[in-house]
Amino acid sequence: MSGLLHLREKIIRHINILLLVYLTLLLSSCDGRPWNNPYPAVDDGKNILYSVFLQRPKHLDPARSYSEEEYVIHGQVYEPPLQYHYLKRPYQLEPLTAVSIPVPVYQDKVGHVLPDNAEPDQIAYTLYDIHIKPGILYQPHPAFARNKAGEFVYQSLTESDLEHVKILSDFKNRGTRELIARDYVYEIKRLAHPGVNSPIFSLMADYIDGLKEYGDLLKKRYQEKKKAAGDGAVYLDLERYPLSGVKVVDRYTYQIRIKGKYPQILYWLAMPFFAPVAPEVDRFYSQNGMKERNLNLDWYPVGTGAYMLEENNPNRRMVLEKNPNFRADYYPSSGEAGDRQAGLLDDAGKRMPFIDKVIYILEKESIPYWNKFLQGYYDASGISSDSFDQAIQFVGSGEASLTEEMKKKRIKLLTAVETSIFYMGFNMLDKVVGGQNERARKLRQAISIAVDYDDYISIFRNGRGIASQGPIPPGIFGYLEGKKGHNPVTYKWENGKLKRRSLAEARRLLAEAGYPDGRDAKTGKPLLLHFDSAGSGPGEKAVWDWYKKQFSKIDIQLEVRNTDYNRFRSKMRDGNAQIFSWGWNADYPDPENFLFLLYGPNGKVKHHGENAANYDNPEFNKLFEKMKNMDNGSDRQKLIDQMVAIVRYEAPWIWGFHPKKFVLYHSWYLNAKLNLMAQNSLKYKKLDPGKRLAKRRAWNKPVLWPVWLMLLVLILIIIPAVIAYMKKERRSMNMRA
Amino acid sequence: MFAYIIRRILYSLPILIGVNLMTFSLFFIVNSPDDMARMHLGQKRVTEGAIEKWKQARGYDKPLIYNEAESGVGKVTNTIFYDKSVRLFAFDFGYADDGRPIGEDILQRMWPSLAIAIPIFLVGILVNICFALLLVFFRSTYIDVWGVVFSVVLMSISTLFYIIGGQYLLGKLMQLVPISGYDTGFSAFKFLVLPVIIGVIGGIGSSTRWYRTIFLEEIGKDYVRTARAKGLSEIRVLFRHILKNAMIPILTGIVVIIPLLFMGSLLLESFFGVPGLGSYTIDAIQSQDFAIVRSMVFLGSVLYIAGLLLTDISYTMVDPRVRLG
Repeated sequence: MSGLLHLREKIIRHINILLLVYLTLLLSSCDGRPWNNPYPAVDDGKNILYSVFLQRPKHLDPARSYSEEEYVIHGQVYEPPLQYHYLKRPYQLEPLTAVSIPVPVYQDKVGHVLPDNAEPDQIAYTLYDIHIKPGILYQPHPAFARNKAGEFVYQSLTESDLEHVKILSDFKNRGTRELIARDYVYEIKRLAHPGVNSPIFSLMADYIDGLKEYGDLLKKRYQEKKKAAGDGAVYLDLERYPLSGVKVVDRYTYQIRIKGKYPQILYWLAMPFFAPVAPEVDRFYSQNGMKERNLNLDWYPVGTGAYMLEENNPNRRMVLEKNPNFRADYYPSSGEAGDRQAGLLDDAGKRMPFIDKVIYILEKESIPYWNKFLQGYYDASGISSDSFDQAIQFVGSGEASLTEEMKKKRIKLLTAVETSIFYMGFNMLDKVVGGQNERARKLRQAISIAVDYDDYISIFRNGRGIASQGPIPPGIFGYLEGKKGHNPVTYKWENGKLKRRSLAEARRLLAEAGYPDGRDAKTGKPLLLHFDSAGSGPGEKAVWDWYKKQFSKIDIQLEVRNTDYNRFRSKMRDGNAQIFSWGWNADYPDPENFLFLLYGPNGKVKHHGENAANYDNPEFNKLFEKMKNMDNGSDRQKLIDQMVAIVRYEAPWIWGFHPKKFVLYHSWYLNAKLNLMAQNSLKYKKLDPGKRLAKRRAWNKPVLWPVWLMLLVLILIIIPAVIAYMKKERRSMNMRA
Repeated sequence: MFAYIIRRILYSLPILIGVNLMTFSLFFIVNSPDDMARMHLGQKRVTEGAIEKWKQARGYDKPLIYNEAESGVGKVTNTIFYDKSVRLFAFDFGYADDGRPIGEDILQRMWPSLAIAIPIFLVGILVNICFALLLVFFRSTYIDVWGVVFSVVLMSISTLFYIIGGQYLLGKLMQLVPISGYDTGFSAFKFLVLPVIIGVIGGIGSSTRWYRTIFLEEIGKDYVRTARAKGLSEIRVLFRHILKNAMIPILTGIVVIIPLLFMGSLLLESFFGVPGLGSYTIDAIQSQDFAIVRSMVFLGSVLYIAGLLLTDISYTMVDPRVRLG
């Protein structure tokens, strides 16, 4: 009997504990702070932007980094001389640290200045004098720290000095200095540094005078130093080695000498590759013991931008903070039509940046990212396929609009066609689909009609994209809209609309190519083509099935040869792929950056270039060489039209699609406009933290009734067990008695 | 026992060399150093020169396993395999392809992994043993039958479902905990609640069935009948006698995984944004970072060997009849 009393006491004690837990939960929820808030309470209401990064950045060194994900971080830190206007479209360059857009000066072989309209073959060199604004300061950094005597504090460190140093903030002293022309020259020299291994070195060596030879010299010196240093750090003082094509003119001016004519250099001057790096920063990071502590330019960028990287923990989060030394920089007072109505000019003339701190959190999976965005814990979000239907609906006219759920939260949707292209390429070296003969061309044209990318966009991209009519995406000079811009090989222009050509036409072309009904007219064997892919994941099978279906519409059998990515790239390099899908994202908004993908001397197999289809048409090549050096205008447009007409007719690619970017912003996120070229757009953005705080509280009230319901169910399940236990105990007691 | 431990440590050396050789062979059958360089250098404007420089900077420009150009010992020592493997035995993991010291990363990422793995491990053992004993207590009743059915159901559900379902239910609908994320110190608590609950629930099914079988085997033995004859309550019989005698098979399963707790959970860490060693390994495999992959495989092997050794030692603690020699 005493056992049963003991059990009853125990049950009462447990009920008391549950009540205590309940009261604690109730009291803790009284302050109104959501339980699911992932951020510390001290940050509530602060002017902090919360964003994500999907994978750890590989490089933050401006000479090495070449990826959009990395630009998001260091694009806010480094300032190249030029930038893209935040609001104006088409994309326009404007000065950033430069006083003005540099004007080219053409020279002949002996150095005589040529007129502005000189023929490209007469131009031996183009000179760009870049004047930078005085008074721009670097962010506070230990590399600049000096003692009272004016000597650097941390430029001659010993191992014992570094004993307690683990991260950059362990250096207590920080300093700054003015940005000067020398820093820009130093960075251009770094492009040739063998230890840096810049991805654009080869390209720039073709244009910047003396850069190739400079690379050879540095390689030699670097190897000598490396040999001498053994396991120690190697520092190559680039200031000791002059580069013939780049020189400091005065404190605020430097000059770049380009071989021939290359107007695209201005676009490169808006990229971080041409941002300044102070020599003392490079020297600071090159000291013994720094590499072992992961203290280097690749990890801790140092710039003059609106923000500085205060925390770099790519395992968890990266934090940008306002650069206290940032100069007076003001929000633009003009934009394109509609910007004023959209409120994008409300802050015109106000000093930037507006946001104090940006926290990028590692969020690898799309579902938690999306749910936290809906709860208000991220300020903006893309839309994954999983959540597309929850966010977007298509109205009668085919326009994308937000669902009621999103509208209720006052979420804003911004869309823009990306300056990218995804296409299906034919290997022009292949015996069946390649070559410039009539038979192969007609076969490619027939397939181009059959493969319906409008359908692809609808099925696999939730309508996020537009079918390409040629290699140039919208927003880039050379792109034409409407009837003028349609591809007559695959589409007809009827009643003011594009209409895909019929399968009957495709079959006719196929028959003319020697494959009536999809069979070889000579052998009678069915035509079997191979699609080489490096797909992985469950979604890929559906895409392959879709490709097969498209080919089967004209009775061509398609076999998918799937391999891992490495093997696929190897096939592409060796020219063993037959049909493949590929893509390109613009480096800069110039047609040259897309048309070079079809330029013969840029072929992948013969020249290891980016022309994956190995297309090589002498007429196209000639036009390209002429077009690439021209300024935008009607003459250039004419050449582009001719080039596009050639490749549409030859069909080395099925033109695929230009993806459309959809981004959602919360109502407290201001001045948001999609700029697919600018890498420093963070300084224009603004938040209303008070509104965000109120919304977070309203949207995230804990729901406790399911907890109590679950407890009740648990108790109801336990009661029969307790009764059974008591009966069992009583029975055994009776037996013992 | 000391001699036994030394002997086991010496036995482990050829195992570790073998593991290293296998990791190396499997990795380089699939990837060449050129592939690694291309993967790291990205997709745009990758030249042969850049690939060569990348390989040189990381020591991948040497022959894989045998260097024809060298003489004597150099034929073996001046190779990628020797360079990358020998240092591991001194626990010098070297640098990842992005230049970050791997040892430092492991030290940093070990704690978040442990912060999830230890509570799951301890709470899991407690819950699973108690649940298994409950089923044994009510053996051959509807509670036992439905308990086993419940365990089979839990076993049959994918961990991914628990994760997404847990995030949806507790994080999104009930809004009781953050859906994902991590923080240091005590602030980590709110982020750990959900992954720990999911980790524990995910493990109940299989462990309970395993423990139940062990306990049922013990319950029919003579010493249990003696204990009951002494008038001990069923609960005391279960917890004091049966549990103690069932410890050897339980320890076999438990102790061996203790060192592996360091390695973290691949899925949980990925979905909850926990910066542990599990997600570190997954990322390294995806980015073909051989330096990290080989380090993690080596560390996993060392910890597994340590776990087996600890299991042997633990036997001597729970069963005085066991002697190591």
